[in-house]
Amino acid sequence: MATVRVQESDFDVSAELAALTAGRADIGGIGCFVGTVRDAAGRDAAGGRRIAAMTLEHYPGMTERAMAAIAGEAEARWQLLGCTLVHRVGRLLPGENIVLVVAAAGHRQAALDATAFLIDWLKTRAPFWKKVENADGSEAWVDAREADTQAAARWSKASG
Amino acid sequence: MADLAASAGTLHLLYFAWLRERVGTGEERVAVPAGVATVADLVAWLRGRSAGHAAAFAAANRVRCAVNQEFAGPEARLAPGDEVAFFPPVTGG
Repeated sequence: MATVRVQESDFDVSAELAALTAGRADIGGIGCFVGTVRDAAGRDAAGGRRIAAMTLEHYPGMTERAMAAIAGEAEARWQLLGCTLVHRVGRLLPGENIVLVVAAAGHRQAALDATAFLIDWLKTRAPFWKKVENADGSEAWVDAREADTQAAARWSKASG
Repeated sequence: MADLAASAGTLHLLYFAWLRERVGTGEERVAVPAGVATVADLVAWLRGRSAGHAAAFAAANRVRCAVNQEFAGPEARLAPGDEVAFFPPVTGG
């Protein structure tokens, strides 16, 4: 069974990997992806940050269901031996962790492919929304990106 | 499943992200009139509920919906007591 969590606090990648592998010797490869708050706007002329923070909102209840369904799909497609999804919510600063995806399998290709699938589907199928808080005090909701939709589409059943 | 259109039943509505900001609340319980049978019917009815609702649903192609925590299209049928959520395309990860 996958481990799925939504939390405000940060996660410890080493601790999550240790929990996933404790007492096991059947795992041959572990894929791991960490998404972080990127300050895409960079620094202003004075060297200050343009993005002050990012706030993540979600749909309690549906979020956990959607994440469990996504993990279940990956477990079935790649015969995963373990899977961990942790997504943070609340106000996060540039450089902070947002999301952790871990997929363990018998061999590396399944672990790596499942990791890519999991983050692609999380970005397009789990009910989270990002709001950017700019250094000048203005705020803006992040728009969904067509590139994310296309990335998720490559895992459609026909090609998956 | 009971037919919402025939019963004028109550729905539990949720709004997220900029839809919540435009509507002015994250949650409301509404008794919908007879004839509101689908998600599309509900959106059309909600548009007339307040200026905030009208602004939230002005661009229907930018609004996504979930019924009882599963993604649902405009043709999805509603039943009394359903939890219906409206939100923008998701941007997590």
